[in-house]
Amino acid sequence: MEMPIPNPSILNAKARIVERLRAVLPEDAVIDDIAETRAYECDALSAYRCPPLAAVLPRTTAEVSAVLRVCFEEGVPVVPRGSGTSLAGGALPTADCVILGVSRLNEVLETDYANRFIRVQSGRTNLSVTGAVEADGFFYAPDPSSQLACAIAGNIAMNSGGAHCLKYGVTTNNLLGVVMVMMDGTVVEIGGAHLDAGGLDLLGVICGSEGQLGVVTEATLRILRKPEGARPVLMGFDSNVVAGECVSDIIKAGVLPVAIEFMDRPCIRATEDFAHAGYPDCEALLIVEVEGSDAEIDEQLGVILAIARRHNPVELRESKSEEEAKKIWLGRKSAFGAMGQINDYMCLDGTIPVSALPLVLRRIGEMSREFGLDVGNVFHAGDGNMHPLILYNANKPGDLEKCEAFGAEILKLCVEVGGCLTGEHGVGIEKRDLMGVQFSGVDMEAQLWVKDVFDPKWLLNPAKVFPLAVTAGRRVA
Amino acid sequence: MGRAGRMRPGSEAELAEAVRGAAGPLVVRGGGTRGVGRPVTGEVLETSGVAGITLYEPGALTLVAGAGTPMAEIEAALAAERQRLPFEPGDMRGLLGTSGESTIGGVVAANASGPRRVQAGACRDSLIGVRFVDGAGNVVKNGGRVMKNVTGYDLVKLMAGSWGTLGVLSEVSFKVLPVPATQATVLVRGVALTDAAAAMAAAVGSPFEVSGAAWSEADGVMLRIEGFAASVSYRAGRLRELLRRFGEIEVEGDAEAVAARWRAVRDVGAFAGRVGDVWRVSVKPSDAAGIVARMGPEAVLLDWAGGLIWALVATGTDLRARIGAFQGHATLMRAAPEVRARIAPFQPEAAAVAALAAGLRAKFDPRGILNPGLMD
Repeated sequence: MEMPIPNPSILNAKARIVERLRAVLPEDAVIDDIAETRAYECDALSAYRCPPLAAVLPRTTAEVSAVLRVCFEEGVPVVPRGSGTSLAGGALPTADCVILGVSRLNEVLETDYANRFIRVQSGRTNLSVTGAVEADGFFYAPDPSSQLACAIAGNIAMNSGGAHCLKYGVTTNNLLGVVMVMMDGTVVEIGGAHLDAGGLDLLGVICGSEGQLGVVTEATLRILRKPEGARPVLMGFDSNVVAGECVSDIIKAGVLPVAIEFMDRPCIRATEDFAHAGYPDCEALLIVEVEGSDAEIDEQLGVILAIARRHNPVELRESKSEEEAKKIWLGRKSAFGAMGQINDYMCLDGTIPVSALPLVLRRIGEMSREFGLDVGNVFHAGDGNMHPLILYNANKPGDLEKCEAFGAEILKLCVEVGGCLTGEHGVGIEKRDLMGVQFSGVDMEAQLWVKDVFDPKWLLNPAKVFPLAVTAGRRVA
Repeated sequence: MGRAGRMRPGSEAELAEAVRGAAGPLVVRGGGTRGVGRPVTGEVLETSGVAGITLYEPGALTLVAGAGTPMAEIEAALAAERQRLPFEPGDMRGLLGTSGESTIGGVVAANASGPRRVQAGACRDSLIGVRFVDGAGNVVKNGGRVMKNVTGYDLVKLMAGSWGTLGVLSEVSFKVLPVPATQATVLVRGVALTDAAAAMAAAVGSPFEVSGAAWSEADGVMLRIEGFAASVSYRAGRLRELLRRFGEIEVEGDAEAVAARWRAVRDVGAFAGRVGDVWRVSVKPSDAAGIVARMGPEAVLLDWAGGLIWALVATGTDLRARIGAFQGHATLMRAAPEVRARIAPFQPEAAAVAALAAGLRAKFDPRGILNPGLMD
């Protein structure tokens, strides 16, 4: 993975830059010792590492502003970091950058049930947002798998999703407002407890901009009342095509499940060996979950099961108790862990039109044989977001490269059938060089204009999202 | 191409050509049913020729159409599969005194959303892809036809509600939803304005999936529930218990009556034909009563659980001056051109935010020819 050559004049000025940062932050908020900066050398895309020039851990919006002002004046690139759980390398440093970690900005600022919002500092973890309101019966809907660790700041940067987006949407649909610090230190407030923008929808473009437009320090998030209950069913089919048709028929029937998860045979076998959830050995498995009161759940599941029966399932399993429900989810929730037991894996994130599922799974199977690498598929079937897990051996020379080449082919296939490179993980460095597959030069240029306006010197997370060749004329770093 | 002073390109390529070749300001127009914003003079560029549904997959909940496609055509195609646009865009012709055929592109340009916004999100939340022509005549695409997509910046949201000032939409893609089997309205009679937001908050803050929460002086609080029959009846019962402390409860179950009621809320039918200016004010719901009191309106309708105030006021009233400082934004939706020239139809923004918006317009429309000044 190519990264820009560090700017020697910044490296040489490290002492002065660190001194200026120390002047505006408390003693414990600036990290420049080489041993300690290693803690920030990578995120969850751990194949790529580079310690930053320094890391800063501000506690307030004013401190973030002061840091950015210093870096702006010094011309130092800044890489914002939530909890470092990005699978796309969104928080990967360069040697000449300052990592701005928001982990100490973790307070709840306001909880308002009457108006259904919570205002938090952006370093707060996703799950702890729900944690702050769940005793009162509320929750924050977006639920990425990393929700125990990932920060709201990172969720906003990547427009994170989760398993329940079919009903509740992704981060951008649940974000009401932000306080954001621009690269020059200016603090802007966009949106709030009211709905929609009065002028241009800047919030919409900030969400998902991968930390390239500003550093969000506070977020106003919509919270929802928890449903009375939820219950999953499990269905096994002997063909991917039939499972896909079943999903389509469920959706067409007017039921809106909160989640429809799909696993293919390699994934089912791996999780069965690992988690012993008692899944049937079949070609394709669906977990469909609906919400409501007990009677409402029965009514919806009645419709869903009738549809499933028309597709000759090899197994239909309902859950009569909390324990049985947990068992249905057990395999799905341990899928990544199970695959990790077999080997190292790379998790892809392309989205496809649901109708293209059989074709895409068949092509992935063919490519798996061509590349000689195994792959299992976990899939948010309701919204088309695929998660192929390609197994490789990190200790075997050339395997990572082969895996990346295979992954790139899968993502190109996603785009070819009308989908996209990434549904919820973000581009980061991982898919940066594939952007040209999905976007023309003109399409990308229009996106670069947005960054030109928000960060004219191109100092915020500059080497991400777009191919380096495309941004070369704009980046100073 | 149409008569002088008016262009009606028949394809995206012709649309791009028309923008590229424009010598001066363009008045971008879908169906011309939403005459909102500062008056703009220039050559009219109609998008109604870039029309037609290009893809509709009911099983994938996805619809793609040319921006000039009439709303009526979109709604009919969806209805045939028992599906709909989640955000319930209104028909503003009665309210605004306009005629013509509303287009899907116009709905997007206005980010028009009705009562269901409170549950299913705004137009921008269902919009998953756009193609548009920028001010230099380039065709740009963003997003696509899948509902989960974080590839690159989300210009889709930026285009929604930009009123044609960043680009001329040529194609729009949506996530759509099934039409529930049945619906009902729970009415809480005799609720005063000052209690309305609290009553609606209790309802939308319940687990009973309210898909519309509105208030008017005449009807009191109106709460819509949708779903399978048994579920609707169950939730109506639960809401009845929950809200009886606010007033007398009545449940409206007749499908026609329910649909007519929510169409009237959506289209602000009560203000149609009445003299005066119409404002649309987005606020924190619990602030609504206080803000309405400061407005001194001739008539008012609350939607979005109190988060949206529709206010009818005397012609030429500067409503923002009456309200004073508040959290949210006020848009002048209906007024004579001279009033819209004098009073900013869109909420003035803080300097740093306004600078960002101006910067974006300068990039997307470097010659300043797309509905210039409309949102100023």
